[in-house]
Amino acid sequence: MPRHDPTEPSGALEALTTMWTIRRFEEALEDLYSRGMLHGTNHLSIGQEAVAVGACGALEDGDFITSTHRGHGHSIAHGADPEPMFAELLGRETGYCGGRGGSMHIADVGSGNLGANGIVAGSMTLAVGAALSQRLLGSSAVVLCFFGDGAANEGSFHEALNLAAVWELPVVFLCENNQYGMSMASDLSTAGGSVAGRGAAYGLEGVRLDGNDVIAVAEGVATAAAAAREGRGPALLEAITYRYRGHSKSDRNLYRTQDEIEEWRTERDPIARFEARLLEEGRLDREAIDGARQTARERIRDAVKAAVQAPEPTVDVLEEAVYARR
Amino acid sequence: MAELITYRDAVARGLAQEMRHDETVHFIGEDVAAAGGVFKATKGLLEEFGPERVRDTPISEEAILGAAMGAAMTGIRPVAEIMFSDFLATCWDLVAVEIPKTRYMTDGQISLPLVIRTANGGGLRFGAQHSQAVENWAMSIPGLKVVAPSNPKDVIGLLAAAIRDPDPVLFFEQKSLYPTKGEVPDGEIVDELGVATTVRQGSDVTIVALASMVRRAVEAADELDSLGISAEVIDLRSLVPLDTNTIIESVKRTTRMITVEENPRLCGWGAEIVSIVAEECIWHIDGPLTRVTTPHIPLPSADALEDEFLPSVERIVAAAQKVVQ
Ligand SMILES: Cc1ncc(C[n+]2csc(CCOP(=O)(O)OP(=O)(O)O)c2C)c(N)n1
Ligand SMILES: [Mg+2]
Repeated sequence: MPRHDPTEPSGALEALTTMWTIRRFEEALEDLYSRGMLHGTNHLSIGQEAVAVGACGALEDGDFITSTHRGHGHSIAHGADPEPMFAELLGRETGYCGGRGGSMHIADVGSGNLGANGIVAGSMTLAVGAALSQRLLGSSAVVLCFFGDGAANEGSFHEALNLAAVWELPVVFLCENNQYGMSMASDLSTAGGSVAGRGAAYGLEGVRLDGNDVIAVAEGVATAAAAAREGRGPALLEAITYRYRGHSKSDRNLYRTQDEIEEWRTERDPIARFEARLLEEGRLDREAIDGARQTARERIRDAVKAAVQAPEPTVDVLEEAVYARR
Repeated sequence: MAELITYRDAVARGLAQEMRHDETVHFIGEDVAAAGGVFKATKGLLEEFGPERVRDTPISEEAILGAAMGAAMTGIRPVAEIMFSDFLATCWDLVAVEIPKTRYMTDGQISLPLVIRTANGGGLRFGAQHSQAVENWAMSIPGLKVVAPSNPKDVIGLLAAAIRDPDPVLFFEQKSLYPTKGEVPDGEIVDELGVATTVRQGSDVTIVALASMVRRAVEAADELDSLGISAEVIDLRSLVPLDTNTIIESVKRTTRMITVEENPRLCGWGAEIVSIVAEECIWHIDGPLTRVTTPHIPLPSADALEDEFLPSVERIVAAAQKVVQ
């Protein structure tokens, strides 16, 4: 059974709270960054919350995900706690990776999150391996592999799809097509017109989803995951979405118009759309919806507070964890 | 006349200089044209040279270097950017197995006048997959030239030399240096590959450094001065070809040497230099030949850990003191 079904009231509340948690998490990072407390780079997924939440909610406990440089939302949606995530980004000892990893390398293996990856398409072949091991170990777990539209132009994408298809492995490849890879519009970089269309080369159907509709994503991933779990091989899904913020901190959005951004924000925002639909269909009332937003706000506020106070790692741990202790 | 410009702007100026000089010079990479590069080091080139010569690519490193190689085989002088040097690993077949071997394997029928520019090294909290200093990977491959400038003037001059060179050059720009400034004379600057610079004279110990480590070595030398130790600092500028003469002559005078590199401990270029010095002038040496490196670990992202990881001025000073004792 999927973890939560956003068409049911309790699942909807869970999905909505998680979407708000992701948005508030990313906003808190912006705030920390502007206050000079956060260093390095980070890639925000504001506007893309429905993909992470719909997809991870459609998995079962014990399933795995692999993530990308834009992975905070994936982690949260798959069950990570925001506090050690903040701590990791702030370079604190209490971070998921003890401050060694940073924004692009959060892993929470306890929840089945095999880790974000700083290399575009870097996790796609690993997802194939994780699915292979599930098969070899007799597990029914599936692997959800997040990747971007830009990643579909790396050689690894093609090798991963081919191998997963030829070995009929339980991987759901989920492209988060947020229209751009850095400054490059996906229309200009993607021959053939779609990522989903490339599935045909590997005998996969290739399905496009509305990535700003959490229910559509959940249904698409649930169907693909069920098929993979039954041994019917991998799936290629392409969720159409949009990133509101720049690619990373240094991006001033010169390659797109403010109007374009505004249009997505005001007309297709995944959270606003979901809320409107819930109200309209009477699945949640205004109070419940406000409650979800409030819960998320408090979670994030408390998490930031605790993470900021956590100690920095001491230098004596510098050389630990390169190799396993025997 | 001279002006003060950043290392970042020097990249764009060097490329523009060479693109004006030779119309077969073309530049390709991810986010390099319209966006002017993730480090803004190639700003203005698209405007001046147009989209034929300054070309954005999809995120396809193998195709970038493969295309550069094929074009270099057939009449173009490509400059290809690999955004972070870590990503060279995704196209390592081209870097290590295709590009460097071609001239030799074809008995000189094919030359590859191409340059691969890339942002190298740590210090910016980017974590283990965006911060490695990998010039030693490249140095170990016969058939590649390996250049790593430490200041804006050298960026222009060495980039020009690399582009005019008939063979493949890997050009490492240290990313923490992009905002740093230096004096650059007006007009065309064309330098020479394989010539080290003695950036500070001294008589007790030679400090051999590269790229971002040059500044730290100079700072350490200033500090050593106040401790009564006179340090000479050599900026290698290129690892292949390597200016062994400048190193050996200096070491013969000072009789002591330390190397300062951003590479992990094992197989860093410092080891190569120590071995050359040991072989060529061991009888002149009065102290242990010493390497200052990063520990042999992946680079950590937390501020506290990254600062400890990179060779610091204090570590260089301590190493020099020990050697001179
Ligand atoms: C192999 C590799 N090449 C380039 C990069 C630099 N880079 C980081 S994210 C990115 C864009 C990725 O685009 P996409 O896959 O669409 O993901 P998005 O950023 O849109 O989420 C690029 C080019 C990288 N990290 N790894
Ligand atoms: Mg994208």
